[in-house]
Amino acid sequence: MFENYSDSQVYLAIVLAPLIGSIIAGVFGTYISRAVSHTVTIAGVGISFILALFVFKYFAFDGAQTYNETVYTWLVSDGIHFEVGFMVDNLTSMMLVVVSFVSLMVHLYTIGYMHDDPGYKRFFSYISLFTFSMYMLVMSNNFLQLFFGWEAVGLVSYLLIGFYYKKESAIFANLKAFLVNRVGDFGFILGIAGILMLFNTLDYAQVFAAANSKAGATIELIPGMQWSMITVICILLFIGAMGKSAQVPLHVWLPDSMEGPTPISALIHAATMVTAGIFMVTRMSPLFELSETALSFILVIGAITALFMGFLGIIQNDIKRVVAYSTLSQLGYMTVALGASAYSAAVFHLMTHAFFKALLFLAAGSVIIGMHHVQDIRKMGGLKKYMPITYWTSLIGTLALIGFPGFSGFFSKDSIIEAVQTAHIPGASFAYYSVLLGVFVTAVYSLRLFFIVFHGEERMDNHTKEHLKESPWVVTVPLILLAIPSVIIGGMTIGSVLYGDYFHGVVFVSEAHNVLEHLKEEYHGPLTMVLHGLTSAPFMLMVAGIAVAWLLYMKNPSVPGKIKDSFQWLYTIMDNKYGFDIFNEKVIAAGTRGIGNLLSRIGDILIIDGIIVNGSAKSVAWFSGIIRHMQTGYLYHYAFAMILGLIALLVIVVY
Amino acid sequence: MLSLTHFLVLGAILFSISMAGIFINRKNVLILLMCVELMLLAVNTNFIAFSHYLGDSAGQVFVFFILTVAAAEAAIGLAILVVLFRNKRTINVEELDTLKG
Amino acid sequence: METFVFYVFSAFIVLSALMVITVNNPVKAAFFLVLTFFSSAAIWLLLEAEFLAIILVIVYVGAVMVLFLFVVMMLDINMAQIKKGFVNNLPLAVAVAIAMFVTIFFVVGGDSFSASIFTIPDPHAADYSNVAELGKVLYTDYFYAFEIAAVILLVGIIAAISLTLRRRPNTRHQNIEEQVAVNSKDRLRVMKIEAQERK
Repeated sequence: MFENYSDSQVYLAIVLAPLIGSIIAGVFGTYISRAVSHTVTIAGVGISFILALFVFKYFAFDGAQTYNETVYTWLVSDGIHFEVGFMVDNLTSMMLVVVSFVSLMVHLYTIGYMHDDPGYKRFFSYISLFTFSMYMLVMSNNFLQLFFGWEAVGLVSYLLIGFYYKKESAIFANLKAFLVNRVGDFGFILGIAGILMLFNTLDYAQVFAAANSKAGATIELIPGMQWSMITVICILLFIGAMGKSAQVPLHVWLPDSMEGPTPISALIHAATMVTAGIFMVTRMSPLFELSETALSFILVIGAITALFMGFLGIIQNDIKRVVAYSTLSQLGYMTVALGASAYSAAVFHLMTHAFFKALLFLAAGSVIIGMHHVQDIRKMGGLKKYMPITYWTSLIGTLALIGFPGFSGFFSKDSIIEAVQTAHIPGASFAYYSVLLGVFVTAVYSLRLFFIVFHGEERMDNHTKEHLKESPWVVTVPLILLAIPSVIIGGMTIGSVLYGDYFHGVVFVSEAHNVLEHLKEEYHGPLTMVLHGLTSAPFMLMVAGIAVAWLLYMKNPSVPGKIKDSFQWLYTIMDNKYGFDIFNEKVIAAGTRGIGNLLSRIGDILIIDGIIVNGSAKSVAWFSGIIRHMQTGYLYHYAFAMILGLIALLVIVVY
Repeated sequence: MLSLTHFLVLGAILFSISMAGIFINRKNVLILLMCVELMLLAVNTNFIAFSHYLGDSAGQVFVFFILTVAAAEAAIGLAILVVLFRNKRTINVEELDTLKG
Repeated sequence: METFVFYVFSAFIVLSALMVITVNNPVKAAFFLVLTFFSSAAIWLLLEAEFLAIILVIVYVGAVMVLFLFVVMMLDINMAQIKKGFVNNLPLAVAVAIAMFVTIFFVVGGDSFSASIFTIPDPHAADYSNVAELGKVLYTDYFYAFEIAAVILLVGIIAAISLTLRRRPNTRHQNIEEQVAVNSKDRLRVMKIEAQERK
């Protein structure tokens, strides 16, 4: 079909198809009907999905070489090229498939979910724009374009969180997301600046080629302290990833981002954008491998996120927020894998997570549609008989999430846990116990949600109950299509992705850190892994978690309330999300405002306005008030001054 | 014999006298204008002397134009003077200090 | 002979100039100014600038000084007040004049302009016409400047007239525009009168 489907035209088509769709739906939105707008955007994403599949086939099965070409040179300054270019390899092609598939599903789903929304066309425009941005991010072959994609997805995320722009909480949430991301992006761009400073180029290939030779470079950020340049760069880049991938302490925006429409939560805040940080670190593996400090940092941050964000999921009552905290926790898992140098495992989990988490979110959305936009799980219950498709797909998603053996989440999560167990860098044991405990926590909150929503007594009011029915096909079809990979994709691909050579030449792991190599010795096919998984510690913990959830929320629904009462202090801490929001609000935001006020009063009003602007005017007025007395108004005084000047000039000229 | 110096010194004397006149007659704008005419006369004399001794008629052309401009200047100056007198009822310079700062 | 003439007229110039600045009566000052101009014209004749010498007499003495006299007579100047302060300013005036003269004299008084450097030109032949010479230069090289001078004079005329022109409300004068724009209907009115029977 495509004779030369590795050509840059194909890549351009992948990138531009959603962009064109977005422009048509966005700019010409007022001239076209709803049907046209969703048709063009879905066509755009559909084209890119089909092309992405071809590209994937080309790389994964035909074993193509890495494609790395510059498409357009934006400018050349002092020998540094600022370009738009594509680097496509196994990692990219996998990301392309994941992004385009989830995006396509979400597009389809949106037709049903946003059916009655006045911002229908705008929404389609945004999600297509997001798809374009994400492609730019993952296909980039240089840091500048990476940053462009990075910021573009952030922008679209901002727009979409605030999609209901008349809702005050949505505006607050999108501002919060934007500001928190700004912190991360500041680190990120500093990291890019560090790259430019150290390597004098922004091109991936050149940077990676030179990475080893620059490993010993140091920088003196604080006088007298020599720091490894690579470590500084890696930590700065990772700070960017922390913002985008919502790692502690920059995670605070993600739960609030649930103010956006549910399809967006699925696409951006679960499946794709938040994994940009994971992708970025994986892409930069040649750099990160050089810095054990940075890896340890990543490991610890990831472990904290994985465990403690999971705890918060247990007490949430908003269906979307539970899933959001589970996303945070799962992102923590990926980050832990990055820290343990198991990049393949991180990306593997990224992929499986994308499917099952998108599934869970869309299922949650389906529930929300059925419940007429009620999101409080305390008002749900017993939905199983009303929404069978949603029920079964949610069950699949939940099992995949908790890592039930055989489901895709099992393979990726178990691999991560084992990889961390094998790792030896500082913080690895802490991370191991965190992720291990995280399995239990995941099982508890996932099943809690599942039980409360789909089983138990029906707590909704009668009016809602009368209208409760399964969602339309545009909603359920994506659920089913996402449920399939949630089940099978893990077992299907683990052999090649984790233990095969899929990432050979893409991900670089130094000998000392190569944890997956150890695991490979014990790996004997997915079936064995499943059987082995049934006897391992994570499985025990998971079963324990399921049991606890069942006991607390099915068997004795009154117990959680009692626990909450007896551990009031703990509940308060968790209800306040460990105080991050309060800290941000009281210390950072208030401190910033304080500094702003101070600078405004002293810097602006006093110094600039008072001294420089008005002061200069006043001093001129004062000075001229004095010297104006020289002007007598008498003709002969002026004549006298002229003549004196004339004589003086003559004297000067003559002598 | 008459050298250029003779004429130049005559011009200098005339110029200095008219300058002194400006200072002496600080009351009467009319005489100030006459002093200005005297100054121009001194300058013109210099021009003509140079023109003669250099054998270049450009100097005389200059004088021609100076006379033209001076005539216009005198006419306008006197007109202003008349208007001034009409408005202020005086041409005493010491009473004209509206420009005082 | 020439030297004698020069010194005589120079003396006239200096003395009359001094009188111009010292006499109290502006009318007298104007007459002394006339004398200064006459003497200067004589000096200019010595320098073979016949045309300009004549122009000086005609334009300055004939026009400008008459203008001065007109103005002096038009204005009702309070002489007593004008005279005040004369002595007070004298020392300053003398000092400034001397300073000016000394400075200029340093330049021109030395040998730099003496006869050895600026040789005395031979007198022109009897048929030499200064007017023709000046006219030739004026209407060729300085033609544009000449035109501009003409414009300046025009501006001077207009400015002087417009400055001093004033319309008194009670004066009677012709309104030329209205006279020109007059219509025959305004002048002649044809009326129809009923014929009356003769008694």
